[in-house]
Amino acid sequence: MREMPRSALSFQESQPARPLGLLAWLHIDLPLLTGLLLLAFLGLAVLYSAGDQQMVLLNKQMIRLGVGFTAMILIAQFHPQHLRRWSPWLYLVGILMLMAVILFGEQGKGAQRWLDLGIVRFQPSEMFKLSLPMVIAWFLADHRLPPQLSRLLVAGLLTLLPVLLIAKQPDLGTALLVGAAGAIALFLAGISWYLIAAVGLSLAALGPAAWYLMHEYQRQRVLTFLNPESDPLGTGYHIIQSKIAIGSGGVSGKGWLNGTQSHLEFLPERHTDFIFAVISEEFGLVGVLALLCLYLFIILRGLYIASQAQDTFSRILAGALSLVFFVYLFVNTGMVTGLLPVVGVPLPLISYGGTSLVTILISFGILMSIHTHRKLLPT
Amino acid sequence: MPQSSIKDHLFESQLFLSRAIVSGILVISVLLLLAGRMFYLQVASHDHFTTLSKDNRVKLQPLPPTRGLIYDRNGLILAQNLPAYSLEITPEKTPDIDATIQALRQIITITDEHIQRFQQLRTQHRRFDSIPLRVRLQDDEVARLSVNRHRFPGVDVKATLLRDYPQAMQTAHLLGYVGRINERELDIIDISNYSGTSYIGKNGVENSYESLLHGQVGLQQVEVNAKGRVLRVLENRSPKPGDNLHLFLDMDLQRIALEAMGEFNGAVAAIEIKSGGVLALVSKPGYNPNLFVEGISTEAYAALKNSIDKPLFNRAIRGQYPPGSTVKPFIGLAGLEYGVVGYHQETYCPGYYQLPGKEHKYRDWKKWGHAEVDMKKAIVESCDVYYYELARTLGIDRLHDFLQGFGFGQPTRVDLTGELSGLLPSREWKRERRREPWYPGETLIVGIGQGYFLSTPLQLAAATATLANQGHHIRPRVVSLIEKGDGSTQESPKIIDDLKQLDPIHWTQVIDAMTQVVEGMHGTARSIHSENYRIAGKTGTAQVFSIKQDEEYDEETVAKRRRDHALFIAFAPVEDPQIAVAVVVENGGHGGAVAAPIAQKIMDRFLLRDDT
Repeated sequence: MREMPRSALSFQESQPARPLGLLAWLHIDLPLLTGLLLLAFLGLAVLYSAGDQQMVLLNKQMIRLGVGFTAMILIAQFHPQHLRRWSPWLYLVGILMLMAVILFGEQGKGAQRWLDLGIVRFQPSEMFKLSLPMVIAWFLADHRLPPQLSRLLVAGLLTLLPVLLIAKQPDLGTALLVGAAGAIALFLAGISWYLIAAVGLSLAALGPAAWYLMHEYQRQRVLTFLNPESDPLGTGYHIIQSKIAIGSGGVSGKGWLNGTQSHLEFLPERHTDFIFAVISEEFGLVGVLALLCLYLFIILRGLYIASQAQDTFSRILAGALSLVFFVYLFVNTGMVTGLLPVVGVPLPLISYGGTSLVTILISFGILMSIHTHRKLLPT
Repeated sequence: MPQSSIKDHLFESQLFLSRAIVSGILVISVLLLLAGRMFYLQVASHDHFTTLSKDNRVKLQPLPPTRGLIYDRNGLILAQNLPAYSLEITPEKTPDIDATIQALRQIITITDEHIQRFQQLRTQHRRFDSIPLRVRLQDDEVARLSVNRHRFPGVDVKATLLRDYPQAMQTAHLLGYVGRINERELDIIDISNYSGTSYIGKNGVENSYESLLHGQVGLQQVEVNAKGRVLRVLENRSPKPGDNLHLFLDMDLQRIALEAMGEFNGAVAAIEIKSGGVLALVSKPGYNPNLFVEGISTEAYAALKNSIDKPLFNRAIRGQYPPGSTVKPFIGLAGLEYGVVGYHQETYCPGYYQLPGKEHKYRDWKKWGHAEVDMKKAIVESCDVYYYELARTLGIDRLHDFLQGFGFGQPTRVDLTGELSGLLPSREWKRERRREPWYPGETLIVGIGQGYFLSTPLQLAAATATLANQGHHIRPRVVSLIEKGDGSTQESPKIIDDLKQLDPIHWTQVIDAMTQVVEGMHGTARSIHSENYRIAGKTGTAQVFSIKQDEEYDEETVAKRRRDHALFIAFAPVEDPQIAVAVVVENGGHGGAVAAPIAQKIMDRFLLRDDT
């Protein structure tokens, strides 16, 4: 049932004629690395400003970046076929850990997310951002695409299980992203547009029905979630201050270290989830557009790598990881600019914080692995 | 299906490519949407959000000016500003005020009284105003509060300047005091100039010179963070401190006057004749004005307000007493000036006076009479019958007009608020107020300074000064010099309102008679006769209630509070008058015995200063 001859799985690469460069030897994709390093450097600069120039914050973030980039390079050394083989086991271990979190997890910010593994505290929900696209790619790549309905149902269940477990922690933001990761993988696998339309319509129909069944206080919560500005002392305060920060930045911004909204503490969570507002305030529209271009470059490079991949598993995985990265970006910026409800999602590679940073860099390690382990076909 | 796998592979590759392209387009369009949103926020709504951002961070803070100081004529400080710590609560920033206060009570002394006053102030202030709960914190209380400060959001220990009156009770009525601005005052004052000030002059000099003492508020534009903490000052306009006031008051005289009053209540006014300056202005009993600065407790205030001695009442400018015989020199002068009587012309005094055809006996204080009396004897021995006759001859209209020239029946317009005008009765006054005609008998009573006739101690002192000055009237004034913040000074205006020219002989004659009051064998104030300088004076006794006909009047049996008020007016030295004094001793009995020695002590101190 394997689509590739067994020999293809042997790890002997076809050697190019010219001597191997260091980057190629390390299985690093230069454009991607350049983009990521630029982003990380920019992130440190903004963090220096947003964190009130505390070197402590900066040092911690640099250590995390170091860990992340090392993990990225390490992952890039493995052949995609290894990743493919690990996929179901990773998924299984992940599910077990999610259950463990629910049973013995540590409390943090009112939700059980952390699993103490002795040395490191670990957030199992985070790894599903990787392992869910992997397992779906693994599951669907085994058979002909577009997938049959029965396989789709199984893939749907594979997605739903971790999403529900994560939502139960409760960590709605991550559940949403993990769900999106699964949905993206399914979309890239080529499920029919009719099905997509059907699912979309049924979800749209489910909304009013759920609304009808809800209690008044629940409806109120949903309304606040959808329109945070109706609650100016609660969630709305974040959005109002964030919009003021962005709007007052103008075209050219107030200048690095000169953002009043952030430095005078009007902007909450300015070095974590709301760091995009700091960038907008200090660097203005020009800076934001440059940043979005950089993100776009990375995403498009990811999609290019996916399109160049030589097997279905790699394609779906590379595409899904690139698009999950985009979803991160959009959910965060949409929230900060008031387009989307407030969901605790960091700005990828820039927000202060460890777990998501490492996850994202590992995903780019996978992309690099996929790109640099291609069997170069003679032209 | 290995054979189809290659075909599938190609198909799948193409399928994926189409999905990847769709995704790429989706990504680009969403990012464009985001860019559009950014354009809307950062370009289209830029001004709006810039305003909000400035609103956020820039706050205007008023800088209250320092209140001007008050000095006596010798540079002794009478009112100053002392640093003090107060505990203030900003309701807006305090989640649970009652719980906070209860918790604070564990740390420092807070009485129910404090809480009650706080709650009262709270109703008058805005939510974001800082309202004092306790003032004049002790040092250890400040220390305990700063240690526990993190427990109390919205609670601040503020260093403020608190008004202080070092002379306390001795200057209470004259200076008045400052207190918290009340709602009625809020309507009058310029709110913005008082935006940093919580105190205002309530009465006395503090009130009448409020606009000068207060100064001009300064402003500070500050940058604040989200917690309202001031981070830096953007712009600073310094406040202009209030002007310092130098008074004519001589604190020595003030203190001596108070001491000389002994157990008695009453008032003393002393005026520097050449300037009209008020040298002493005493109202006894006094009160401690410092109590009012921090907000007096209801109990303490009730005790003051309900006291039978009325300590809050400023007798010197609001106490309206019958002037009694102290008006006799003025009425004598009227008689001479209108030519109805000669200085040496004699009348017989049998001890009583009767209007022609009437039974009613108007009694003299000397039951058996003064026998033959001329004007000099009538002033020296204070014969009432002589003045009944003189008053009848002059008639109420001429009496009224002449006495008005000396300032009776009208406020002296001294630079203090709340002064009363006394009462100089007239036909018109009685018709308007009482809707009754004037009776001839009432004229007689006016002639000895009784009946409807009322005057304040300051009025008496001012009239005495005018008499000593032979008709040269200078409006009494408390403040002599205004010292501006830039060091320049400005003298208070000397306002002159002279009487019309009188015959100089008449002045000399009346003043000579007044001199004999002190120096003569039978003078009613002969006890204060002094070798050092010559005093001209006149005693007076004001009846607190009228004695019924043919009723024995026994001082000892009349309850102390119904005893006559003792009065004395005087000026000295006779040859070159420097100081005029009016003394009213409530329930003091005869003026010569009680009131005159008080006046003498004041004049001694003022005129013999070099000797002491």
